[in-house]
Amino acid sequence: MDKDKRSTGYSLSVNDTSHEISKSWLGESLLYVLREKLGLYGSKNACEQGECGSCSVLMDGVLVCSCLVLAANATGRDIKTIESISDDDSLTDVQKAFVDAGAIQCGFCTPGLLITIHDFLETNPEPNVLEIREAISGNLCRCTGYGRIVEAVQIVSKQKSVGQGGSDDSS
Amino acid sequence: MTVVKETVGIRQSGIGVSAVRPDAQEKVKGDFIFSSDLSSEGMLWGQTLRSPHASAKILSIDISDALSISGVHAVLTADDVPGENIFGLERADQPVLADDFIRYAGEPVAIVAADHPEVARKAADAIRVEYEIFSPLVDSYAAITAEAIHPEGNVIRHLNILHGDTEVVGDVVVEGEYEVGMQDQAFMGTESGMAIPSPDGSINLQISTQWLHSDQEQVATALNMPMEMVRVTLAGVGGAFGGREDVSMHVHLCMLALHTGKPVKMIYDRNESFLGHVHRHPARIWYRHHASSEGLLVKVEAKVILDGGAYASTTSAVLANACCFSIGSYSVPNASVEGWGVRTNNPPCGAMRGFGNVQTCFGVEAQMDKLAKELSLDPVEFRLANALKSGDTIITGQKITGTAPVREVLMSLANHPLPEPPSDNILERPGGTGRTTDGSHVKRGVGFAASIKNLMFSEGFDDFSEARCIVNDGFIAIQTACVEVGQGFVTLVHQIVQEILGIEKVDILPADTSIGSAGSTSASRQSWMSGGAVMKACEAVVDSLISDLSNEQGITFERIGTVLVAPDGSASIPVTDALQGRNYDETVVHRHAPTVPLDKNGQGDAHVSFAFAAHRAVVDVDEELGLVRVVEIATSQDVGRVLNPIQARGQIEGGITQGLGLAILEEIVLVDGKIQNANFTDYLLPTAMDTPTIEIAALIEEPEPNAPFGAKGIGEPPVISSTPAVVAAIRDATGLDLNRVPIRPEDIALG
Repeated sequence: MDKDKRSTGYSLSVNDTSHEISKSWLGESLLYVLREKLGLYGSKNACEQGECGSCSVLMDGVLVCSCLVLAANATGRDIKTIESISDDDSLTDVQKAFVDAGAIQCGFCTPGLLITIHDFLETNPEPNVLEIREAISGNLCRCTGYGRIVEAVQIVSKQKSVGQGGSDDSS
Repeated sequence: MTVVKETVGIRQSGIGVSAVRPDAQEKVKGDFIFSSDLSSEGMLWGQTLRSPHASAKILSIDISDALSISGVHAVLTADDVPGENIFGLERADQPVLADDFIRYAGEPVAIVAADHPEVARKAADAIRVEYEIFSPLVDSYAAITAEAIHPEGNVIRHLNILHGDTEVVGDVVVEGEYEVGMQDQAFMGTESGMAIPSPDGSINLQISTQWLHSDQEQVATALNMPMEMVRVTLAGVGGAFGGREDVSMHVHLCMLALHTGKPVKMIYDRNESFLGHVHRHPARIWYRHHASSEGLLVKVEAKVILDGGAYASTTSAVLANACCFSIGSYSVPNASVEGWGVRTNNPPCGAMRGFGNVQTCFGVEAQMDKLAKELSLDPVEFRLANALKSGDTIITGQKITGTAPVREVLMSLANHPLPEPPSDNILERPGGTGRTTDGSHVKRGVGFAASIKNLMFSEGFDDFSEARCIVNDGFIAIQTACVEVGQGFVTLVHQIVQEILGIEKVDILPADTSIGSAGSTSASRQSWMSGGAVMKACEAVVDSLISDLSNEQGITFERIGTVLVAPDGSASIPVTDALQGRNYDETVVHRHAPTVPLDKNGQGDAHVSFAFAAHRAVVDVDEELGLVRVVEIATSQDVGRVLNPIQARGQIEGGITQGLGLAILEEIVLVDGKIQNANFTDYLLPTAMDTPTIEIAALIEEPEPNAPFGAKGIGEPPVISSTPAVVAAIRDATGLDLNRVPIRPEDIALG
C-alpha cells in the first residue's frame, strides 16, 4: 500500500466518544478499526463476509455488520458497540437473561447477538418464537443450537410485558 | 468471578445445580479475551502462503519481492524451520512448511510477518512459487492401491474386527451402501494466537487449542528447543468441536516471533480456517445385516473407508471408533468388519465431535430400519429387542461392565408425545420465510435412531489429567491445563470445589503448560478426567487437613459432605471453617482404568466406558421442491448423572444442531481436492430458523461406576444419532432411500 494512504486520518464517533484515526489504510473495515485501532475487541471477526452477525454494531441506530462497512465511510456516523450497552458493573435485562438462561457457551457470537436482540426488542418488545428466531437468523451460533438464546429473549419479553402491565403470554 | 445465582431445586451450589458460568459476565459484556483479541506493543501480523494445488512439487520459491515490501519483517520457508520440519497429533507426518511435495490444496508453503495485516497479505501474494503440478489422488477407494502420495504409504490404518462365527447366515439379510460428506467444525472464532519471544530465547505461545501439552511437544520438536523453553498458554477459545486438536499456526507464529524478536499475532480469516484445520472424515460404508426371523440380530458385515486426506492426524483412532461401534447400540453375536483409513490429496481430516461413530451410525441406523421393515417389525420394538445392556459383550470382545441403559433411553423417547400436526402458517413450512412452498406437496415424516459413544481415549493410551488445589488462608485456587472451549468445565470446577470443600469463591488459574497435561478437551472426557483430577486434588486437601487436625487435636475427623465430623459425633466443623488460617498445595494426577490395544482380530478391552443416546426427528418435506423443515428433535440420553442441568441442555441442543447440519445442510464441496465453499455464504450452517425445538424426553441417570460423581461425558452423543434420525424422518415422509448425507434438495425433488 502507498505510504500516503496509510497516513490518512479521519474521525469516528464510537460510543459517544470521538476518536481520531491516524496512520490508517483506507481499506480498513470498521470492524478492524474498532478492534485493532480502538481496542474495542467486543465486536467479533468470525466470517468477515456479513454472514454471521458476530461483528454487529449500530450505526446511526441501524444494525450493521461492521465487517462490511469501510471505517473511513463511517465518519460522522454515531456508532454503538457491545461495549456501550451496559455500564461497568451492570448488565442489561438481555445480558442478564443470557447469563441466567445458559445462552452462552464459547461466547464468540454473544456480543453480536446481544446487539441484534437489543435492537430487535426495541421494535418488537413482545415477539413470538418464530419472530425471535427470524430476528436472530442473521447471527450464527455453533455451540448452543439457539434454544437457550431464544429462551433468554422470551424471559426479557415476559419481563417487559409484566413491567408494562401487559399480558405475559408472549409465546 | 460471577456469584452463583438462582439455581434449580433445593441445593444452591455443588454438583447437580444449574450453576452459572463464571465467565458469563465477561462474555455478555464483550470483555472476555479471545485469542483473536490479543494485542502487544510493537506486535507484527503473521500471514501464511498456501498452495493452490492439491498435488505438486515445489521447484523454486523466490521471496525477494516479498521481502522488499516496506513493512515486511520476515518471510520464512521450509529452510527456516529450526528443528524437524514435521509434526502430527498421533504420528509426525506433516511438514510445518512444505519442502518438496504439496499434498493438499491449502498446504502451508511460506509465512510472513509484517507491521499490518494487509501488508502481510500483499507480501504473501508477492512470494513466487514455481510448481510442477500433478493430477491429485482424490478417490478414497482408489487410494488403497494407488501409488503412494506420502513416504508412509496411502493406508494409514487397516483394521479387521472378527467376532464370533463370521460364516453364519441369518434368515433375513439386508444390504446397503452409505456415504457421509466432509463436515466442518465451523467454530465461530477462527484460528488465532500470538507468540511472544523472551530475551532468554524461550517463547510464549498464547493460542486457542484443545490440548496445550500436545501443542508444546510438537512445537518444541519443530523449533528444536527444550520443552521448558516453549510455554503454551490457553487464549480464549471460540468453539472447537475437534478442529483445534491439531497444530495449525502454532509453529509458524513461534518461528516468526523468534526470527523477528517481536510479538507476532495471526488470525486466519474464514477461508483460511477451512484450509487450516482438519475436518470430519468423509466415509464410504457398505453393510450386510443378518437377522433371525424372530427379529434378533445374527451378524453384521461391514466395510468402512475413511478419507483421511493428505496427513494422518487422528485417522487411526477415528477409524477404530467407526469400526468398533459400526454395529451401533445393539447386541450382535457375530461380526466381520473391515476398515481402511486412507491418504488422499484431499484436505486432511481428523477429530470432529462424534469422532468416527457419526459416520457408521448413519449407515447402521438405516440398516436397522431396513431390517425392521423386512421383518415387518416396528423400528423401535426391533431396536429394543436387540438393545445392548450391561454385561453384554460388544464386537471387540469387551464386556460392558458399566451402565448401559439403552432400553431406558429408547423407551423414554418412544413414549414422549409427538408435536402438533403441521401448522397453516406458511412461515412454518419448508422454505420458511422465503415463502417458497404453497404447502400442497408437504408431507410429514418421523424417524428414530440410537447411538453408542466410547468415552475418553481408547486402545491403551495412557490417558490422564493433573490438577492442583491451592489453599491460602481459606482462599482457594484451582489449576489444570484443561482447555475450556465453551463446554463449561470452568463452571464444573466451581461446582466440584463447592461440593467437596464448601467454598463458593474459587480462582481458576490460567490453563498453561506450567502444570502437567490435562489431555485433550475431546472424546467427552474432561468432566471425567480433569473433573476427576480436581475432585481428587480437593480431596487431597481435605486429607491433609484431617491429618493436621488429628495431630493437633487427637481427633481423626471424616468428611461428610462439606463438614468434618468426629467418628463419635462429638465434634464437627465445616471444611471452610477448618481451612481458615491454613495453607495447602496439593497436586494430583487422575487416570481412568487402563485399556489395551486391539489385537489382529480387532479384539480387546480397548475402551473405558460407553454412553448411549437416541433421537427422534419430525420433519415436514416439500417433495416437489426438495425442501425440509425439521419440526422437532426429541432425545433421551444416558448421562450417568447430570452435573449441571442447564449446561447439559446446552450440550445436547448444540450437538443435535450440528447433527441436523450434517443431515441436510453442511458439506465441504471438493473439486479435484480443492474446497469450493470455504465461507459461510456457501458452507451452510444451521441458523435459528433451521433449528427446531429440541425436546429432552429423558436424561437417564444411572451412575457410572468409577466415574467421578457417576457422570458420563455428554458432549458427543447428541451429534451422533441426530443425523440418522433426521434422515429416517425424511425417508418416512418421502419413501426415498437417501443413502448419503447431507441430503440436498435435488436428492428429494429428483430422487
